[in-house]
Amino acid sequence: VPTDQLTAVFGALADPTRRAILTRLTRGDATVGELCEPFAMSQPAVSRHLKVLQDAGLITRTRRATTRLSHLEAAPLREATSWLAGYREYWEVGYDRLDELLAGLETEERS
Amino acid sequence: VTAAEIIAEPGVPQVIITREFAASPAVLFRAYTEPDLLARWIGPRTYRTTVDMLEPRDGERWRYTHTVPDGDRCSFFGFYHGDPTPRQIVQTYEFDRQPGHVYLNTITFEARGSRTLLRQNTVFQSVEDRDVYVLGGMEKGIHASMAKLDELVTGLQE
Repeated sequence: VPTDQLTAVFGALADPTRRAILTRLTRGDATVGELCEPFAMSQPAVSRHLKVLQDAGLITRTRRATTRLSHLEAAPLREATSWLAGYREYWEVGYDRLDELLAGLETEERS
Repeated sequence: VTAAEIIAEPGVPQVIITREFAASPAVLFRAYTEPDLLARWIGPRTYRTTVDMLEPRDGERWRYTHTVPDGDRCSFFGFYHGDPTPRQIVQTYEFDRQPGHVYLNTITFEARGSRTLLRQNTVFQSVEDRDVYVLGGMEKGIHASMAKLDELVTGLQE
């Protein structure tokens, strides 16, 4: 994922409503109307959020009859979160290994 | 097992990690400053790690090299500032893939009964450096809670 897209992805994720919309979409595609309900927002407001999510590549929108369905695109999200996940994993795995090592050293020091 | 807490705030060239260990500060200090011990824990299990040099004294150097499973290598290295002690280690850090980008690591060991609280405070030259290193080029202004993202992503990995 290029840096520009990462910027767009994290910009999009910075908003709690947009994160909630993504969470809703993990349960399946939805129309703008369906997305309005839980958030008590007007359709234009939800549409603006959807536009940001679409520009970030986090959702795609398909037209079905008179309505448009929003579909979650998981790949950029996985990619974006993997950056910190990588750092976290590096240290957490190291610390887990350190736990094991320390257990041995503590026993050694006590004997 | 306690999970590490990692704080990387938007717009601040710093990362703070805290983690508790079931060992005394003295034993933790050994694991950080004895080359053969450090090589046994630093980095992922799939990496082969060698500590090329490590002289835990003021002005002296340290360096370790990771060999990843495909054979590729990368090294981290730097200098100690002040004599490392079981209370505190201050060291510069450089990554051989990014020459000239130096960061400063302050590691403290705080006794908590029979356990020790480790705090690693890493200060970078700029927010951009921090983001390149930690977040891989992600922009500033990340307000999304990483924990929430983790949940979301976990839900996506069917």
